[in-house]
Amino acid sequence: MALENTAAFRVDSGEVTLAGQVSGPEGAPAVVLIHGYPDDSTVWDGVVADLARDHRVITYDVRGAGLSSAPSSGRGYQLGRLMSDLASVIDAQVPSGKVHLVGHDWGSIQGWQALVDGRTRARIASYTSISGPSLDLAFSAMRERLKEDRLAALPPMLGQLLKSWYIVAFHLPMLAPGLWRAGVARLWPSILKRTDGIAVERRAGQLRDGVNGINLYRANFRERIFGAKTPTVDHPVQLLVPTEDPFVSPAVFDNLSDHVHNLTREDLRSGHWLPLSDPALVAGRVRRFVAHVESGEDCAALAQGRRRAARHRRGAGPFAGRLALVTGAGSGIGRATALALAEKGADIIATDINLEAAERTATLARLIGVEATARRLDVADAAAMEAFAAWTDESLGTVDIVVNNAGIGLAGDFLDTTTADWHRVLDVNLWGVIHGARLFGQRMVDRKVPGHIVNVASAAAYMPARGLSAYAATKAAVLTMTTCLRAELAGQGIGVSTICPGVIDTGITDRTTFVGATPEEQARKRSSASRLYARRALTADAVAADIVKSIEGNRPLAMVGIEAVAGHLLGRLSPALMRRLAAADVMPK
Amino acid sequence: MSLPSHIEQIEAFRAAQRLAYDCATAVAADLRPGMTERDAAKRMKAWAEDHGVRDWFHEPFAWFGDRTAFRGLIAVKALRGFNPAFLPGLRRLEEGMPFILDCAPVVGEAVADIGYAGALGFNPVVEQLLDDLMDHRALIVERISAGETMAGVSRAVDALCRRQGVEPRHKAYPFNVLAHRVELLPGKPGGFSVAQFGLRAIRALRSQVAEGKRAGWSPLWNSAETSDHPPVPGLWAVEPHLGFRDVGAKFEELLVIEEDGSAHWLDDDLPHVRRWATRAKPDQQQKAA
Repeated sequence: MALENTAAFRVDSGEVTLAGQVSGPEGAPAVVLIHGYPDDSTVWDGVVADLARDHRVITYDVRGAGLSSAPSSGRGYQLGRLMSDLASVIDAQVPSGKVHLVGHDWGSIQGWQALVDGRTRARIASYTSISGPSLDLAFSAMRERLKEDRLAALPPMLGQLLKSWYIVAFHLPMLAPGLWRAGVARLWPSILKRTDGIAVERRAGQLRDGVNGINLYRANFRERIFGAKTPTVDHPVQLLVPTEDPFVSPAVFDNLSDHVHNLTREDLRSGHWLPLSDPALVAGRVRRFVAHVESGEDCAALAQGRRRAARHRRGAGPFAGRLALVTGAGSGIGRATALALAEKGADIIATDINLEAAERTATLARLIGVEATARRLDVADAAAMEAFAAWTDESLGTVDIVVNNAGIGLAGDFLDTTTADWHRVLDVNLWGVIHGARLFGQRMVDRKVPGHIVNVASAAAYMPARGLSAYAATKAAVLTMTTCLRAELAGQGIGVSTICPGVIDTGITDRTTFVGATPEEQARKRSSASRLYARRALTADAVAADIVKSIEGNRPLAMVGIEAVAGHLLGRLSPALMRRLAAADVMPK
Repeated sequence: MSLPSHIEQIEAFRAAQRLAYDCATAVAADLRPGMTERDAAKRMKAWAEDHGVRDWFHEPFAWFGDRTAFRGLIAVKALRGFNPAFLPGLRRLEEGMPFILDCAPVVGEAVADIGYAGALGFNPVVEQLLDDLMDHRALIVERISAGETMAGVSRAVDALCRRQGVEPRHKAYPFNVLAHRVELLPGKPGGFSVAQFGLRAIRALRSQVAEGKRAGWSPLWNSAETSDHPPVPGLWAVEPHLGFRDVGAKFEELLVIEEDGSAHWLDDDLPHVRRWATRAKPDQQQKAA
């Protein structure tokens, strides 16, 4: 690593000598990075390169790994010894003041221990944990859960344990070391390529790190399963949770805020090796957190992280702690969707052209028990949408779920539809969806949010009918655009769904513009259409339920109502019949 | 059709209504965790009988918990909405649970029919619904006085529910009624009842339906076309019932429609109106500030 200001160091700690490096300007806030298994401190190279610009960054090889020497027996890997090592490194490199700790994988397990260990506790200003739980808290939570739920706790816990198969395997004699020797060490770069999609070079020390580190598991798990204490942590802790981590189940971090009083949490769409796959992101998050702890200044993202941490509770609903934006949330499908998401635990931003209506939705969402905000928003207004997106960044944080629902009805013959009519319906129904998907999709990609975008189209998207040329055109555009977008964002882990409701009693018909009609005709047609829609009696709640399912199951397309499903089928079986049906005049008279 | 035009008759109805509300509030104040709907209904009946009630338009109803929202079994519309799930059951009251007490004593010849909603302790949804009900209370008087058809007013109530994001749960009542006609009950206390409804009341209601049919109006006021007629002078027991998720709240009180078509509530000194008056004050102060 060719960083300026970098110096190697060695520190004696009991029977071992630890090798480490220190980089970055003296006097800057000190950050200590602890690597995991089966890595050495080079796993942090990318992070150090970024973070050492304005921090004093210390990395070292854990005993038995990298250039550090190994203890003579397996017992030498007990957490107590590892804490002595950390204390020795801190004392040698930062003789006074506090350090900010960052841990990944086993380094993260060590970091949690350092917050309660008497040798290190007072030296730590903050802690950023990636992919490694506190063994004490994890095991005491399991015990607690068994006590509360008894047998019912077993199936979900079994799922968690299956994810930890390797821990059991590591306790078997010979097996794991044998595998490392047999070729895992050689294959390690291609394994990482496959699991995390990252390219790393082969390290000469990989075999030694892999074999020695097995002792970390053997020396620590057994005694903690049965003797776990339940510590309380008052240090500021930042939890970064990779959602696609095959080795650590995000569920082990549920209810953590009960014991960690100053906790902020961010879920990131990433595999296990976040420091390798996105070092800039890790450096950025550490920098932000250190600045927050040093200066006391807060930001929306950290405040949101604290809310998320508090919300991640067992049984709190699949969307607990997530932030959902619903446009057109003042009525109909939008309101029903906002409330359905709230019932699943999501906090809500309800927007509508009618602020009073949006506020009412927010009030109802709060009654369900989540936080909710209302804003007036014209989705057709590009500048307003930009400003709104910026406002969410500054005041609420990151939006995880976007439901582009706002839309208007327009009916009447093509030749009666003026260019102004066309512009309005395109601006709201198509451009509104484009703005919402573009602005918030971009943010999801940038911030590695495991997010979801729902665009509400209509069965009219694939069921042409006379009198609906403009409306159906906008909805067909939404359907096709959304399908393309889904293909593009699939690789980024962001879900995209289209919803095509049939005839839903939402009140849209009370506001539909019937072109080429006098005001009296307009009123009559509206009420006649409303009566038809009311008779169909399929409610917005049905659509909302399908939207929730689409998000949970990342479904590409949901058609709501038998007419929507039948129309879709018919259009594929007999396009000619579909065209003939389109000619039928079913518009209200 | 006889409008109780004399002041005494109006006074008699007002006194009956006050007695009914006193009954409900007295029993509500004594509600404790573990009590069943039947306990509450029995207590209302006992209280009213102690205070001289000998006959009922309908005997007391009580609904607890999610039964206040009239979802599920209780909303089954077979038999025009008369269904046994309506009757007070064995649901036990818990802390924070919503409740509705509904009773209709006959005092002399005057009928009261009231509904009183609340919660054991604090329930934010009940509070919200009670606030929302006051908008309906104002809307109904305003629209009737403006001469809208009775079905039109009922539809306006539906539309307001829609704007409020709550369900008009009175649609689960027999005949989907928002309100029903109330008149002096002729004759002597009967003492017999069918499914909680007094025999005298059923007879009277039947004759009202027949009379209304002849005159082209319906004593059962709902959103259907049968109510598409101008306001009919007289007394109406109006009972908007709002539901949000598993919680419901209602009021029920007598509306007076005068011969000139104007409307007013029989009595403004009722618990839900007083609650609103004390609640509205901080709001007004906020607005003034």
